[in-house]
Amino acid sequence: MKLLIKGGRIVDPASGRDEVGDVFISDGKISGKKEKADQTIDAKGLVVAPGLIDLSARLREPGYEYKATLESEMDAAVAGGVTSLACPPDTDPPLDEPGLVDMLRRRAKVLARARVYPVGALTVKLAGERLTEMAELAEAGCVAFSQANAPLADTQVLWRAMQYAATFGFPVWLRTEDRSLAHGGVAHDGEVATRLGLPGIPAFAETIALGTLLQLVRATGTRVHVCRLSTAVAVEMIRAAKKEGLPVSCDVGIHHVHLSEMDLGYYDSHCRLEPPLRSQRDRDALAAGLADGTVDCAVSDHTPVDEDQKQMPFAEAEPGATGLELLLPLLLKWGAARKLPLAKTLARVTSDAARILGVQSGRIEAGLPADLVLFDPQQNWRVAPEMLRSQGKNTPFLGYELAGRVRKTIVAGNVVYDASGSA
Amino acid sequence: MPRSSPHNPQLNANGELQHLLSIEGLPREILVQILDTAEPFAGVTEREVKKVPLMRGKSVFNLFFEASTRTRTTFEIAAKRLSADVINLNVAVSSQTKGESLLDTVANLSAMQADVFVVRHGSSGAPYLIARHVKPHEHVINAGDGRHAHPTQGLLDLYTIRHYKKDFTRLTVAIVGDVLHSRVARSLIHGLTTLGVPEVRVIGPQTLLPAGVESLGVRVFHDMRSGLKDCDVVVMLRLQNERMNGALLPSAQEFFKHYGLTADKLALAKPDAIVMHPGPMNRGVEIDSSVADGPHSVILPQVTFGIAVRMAVMSIVASN
Amino acid sequence: MTKLPDAEILLPKLAAELKALVTPASAMIGLHTGGAWLAERLHPLLGLKDPLGLMDIAFYRDDYAKEGLKHDPKRTKIPFEVEGRDLLLVDDVLYTGRTVRAAMNELFDYGRPKSISLVVLADRGGRQLPIAAQHVGAQVEVPAGKRLRLKRAASGKLSLELEDAA
Repeated sequence: MKLLIKGGRIVDPASGRDEVGDVFISDGKISGKKEKADQTIDAKGLVVAPGLIDLSARLREPGYEYKATLESEMDAAVAGGVTSLACPPDTDPPLDEPGLVDMLRRRAKVLARARVYPVGALTVKLAGERLTEMAELAEAGCVAFSQANAPLADTQVLWRAMQYAATFGFPVWLRTEDRSLAHGGVAHDGEVATRLGLPGIPAFAETIALGTLLQLVRATGTRVHVCRLSTAVAVEMIRAAKKEGLPVSCDVGIHHVHLSEMDLGYYDSHCRLEPPLRSQRDRDALAAGLADGTVDCAVSDHTPVDEDQKQMPFAEAEPGATGLELLLPLLLKWGAARKLPLAKTLARVTSDAARILGVQSGRIEAGLPADLVLFDPQQNWRVAPEMLRSQGKNTPFLGYELAGRVRKTIVAGNVVYDASGSA
Repeated sequence: MPRSSPHNPQLNANGELQHLLSIEGLPREILVQILDTAEPFAGVTEREVKKVPLMRGKSVFNLFFEASTRTRTTFEIAAKRLSADVINLNVAVSSQTKGESLLDTVANLSAMQADVFVVRHGSSGAPYLIARHVKPHEHVINAGDGRHAHPTQGLLDLYTIRHYKKDFTRLTVAIVGDVLHSRVARSLIHGLTTLGVPEVRVIGPQTLLPAGVESLGVRVFHDMRSGLKDCDVVVMLRLQNERMNGALLPSAQEFFKHYGLTADKLALAKPDAIVMHPGPMNRGVEIDSSVADGPHSVILPQVTFGIAVRMAVMSIVASN
Repeated sequence: MTKLPDAEILLPKLAAELKALVTPASAMIGLHTGGAWLAERLHPLLGLKDPLGLMDIAFYRDDYAKEGLKHDPKRTKIPFEVEGRDLLLVDDVLYTGRTVRAAMNELFDYGRPKSISLVVLADRGGRQLPIAAQHVGAQVEVPAGKRLRLKRAASGKLSLELEDAA
């Protein structure tokens, strides 16, 4: 099967290439030479870019099939132009056994849409007490180890887990939040929480835990990816850590690049997120850090939540927002606001994410897997439940008009999503 | 990201009070309207027949997700004096334990032809959620939600202050104690600033003041004596039992020593200062008995005014 | 255009008519707002022993469900026992009779008067309830779409005026 994508604007963040041209695909890979195609896709007016790599998307399987299924969320992924995704281990049961990981990978493979990279649990049942069999889990396909949003309160266990992971060279992905300081909190501890009477999570709940983590990185040499930064101070700390040469990287949830505590309005439970939306100053620092590369990647942190769990008083509502289908337009919005070239904008969800995930995709280069997205950067659309394929319709952006709509998504040379409905 | 500021869910399209959810965001005119309307209702409560036929045939549902006999009773009396039918539902022990969702409970009651829901809930913002889902002719009155708001308490405090002090625009008001957990304090602060009180003070240890409390428009004092100086009104807040010994405070005794209202501390306020407390009081913890029962105390009149204020609120929302 | 009678001329006539009927049990109540102005003028002319009562019938209206609560209702103040009294209930204009109905209901929440007489400055007809005034300053015809109102000038001078019905 040979495919020709003709006349699109090819944007490859890794090489900085941005020009109109043709892309040839042969046997699932980008081909270096012009070949006679079995099928031609007219990409005139569209951007042809590497498929998005999302470092955090919850597929809700196993365990939460009433919220979403692997099928619905894989549909959502490719509709959002996401061709590879890492799924955190907070399923039910958590991804702490090779059997579960193996099953998830096989189920995903049968669906033949986006590539799924499971992130294994760092501790058994994510309980923060006993280490998982990381080597076994890695063999089953886990690319990193994480606690997702579950706390790891015992610093002794954290230290040992990092040492153990470092032994095998496994990366550890952690969100930093001091459990005691965050206990009971549901919103940024600041003016808005004070006004709304919501229990707060102070910004230093994140940075104190980050300080501990960075000390342990110094001690153990573990490769650490810090997930979902939410504060300006944390961005500064990562900047200094990178300058120091520590093996750290980090990401930010795309919602936190755009929204702040002010968006809670009158208790909009769609803005109930983990970590909480923080001050406008924090948001601006995150957006700036993402631009200057201190923050390596943006992620959707896709979390489908059923309507019943959102139609609750703010503090009781389940945290999280759907995001796979909003990652691209929200990233474009960020890039446009900061007047970044498209290649640089897209790097944060393609080549940079590939580097952290340790995969070859995320670039348009001969011999590499043909994972591509074709999108119209100008097309406006209004976010509405019926526009989303994800089973989760929970997003603070409902009703917003966003620019950038995916037309086709290609994984390993196969068209897995076609907005015109033929895939 | 800039968002169009959401429509104030308390007001209808004509800017009238559809629900009473919070004092914050209410225009001065509506606050004054409520206080003015409460005035003749206070007259009704002094009569032999303490009842007017205004809300005959209307149904008021007291929907208490958090037990509070006291507040529920004041709403019940107010509704009965308006001739409304009152249905008390202690949801804390019925549907919630059966796993019924908040909105299902409300939908069920709505099917029983409610006109007014009086809602008490342990979670901040719960009345907003209910108000978003009731029918257009139904009204929600917040009777206390989490730490957020207790607007009828705030209004009765404002009524009391106006009754004794007449003019808001030259007052110094001090609110003392556990502001962090207090919905009463938040509601009163918004009311006082909206009505033009030039100086609102909060007095308490750092552990009991919320982050960025200054942003509500108050001056912060940690020392009670300097905070009480020349005050016209002193509002003492209730300190919940479970907060007396722990990470917030070492002991009730030490709290009383530094933040309890005693006659000698009160002497620092103006000679004609009034002392208020939303009740129920912890004598010897936040207030000394000699002050609670003393000549400056208006704590019992507050309770009486509370009925009239709640009658005013119910009759105003139910008519819009 | 109909010529309206002069309130300041009607007032002393009405007072003279009432004066002849005053008993030791008589007391007066004026209805907010126009009736209260009128009663404040009549009361001193009759030599009644009790101070004037003032009543706002806002909480007894029969149109609450339709029209809602009136803005800024006043406190009803009846500074005497109603029980066993001969009450002079004073209003400015008698029209549908609904205000008087509400006023009588409110009165009975204060006690059981021996009698109630209705005193109005102007009767414009158009009754919707079986209510009649015992003492009437003048019968006035009001054109359709108009409302008859008592006005009080800064000097205290009372006058009847027509305005457009809302």
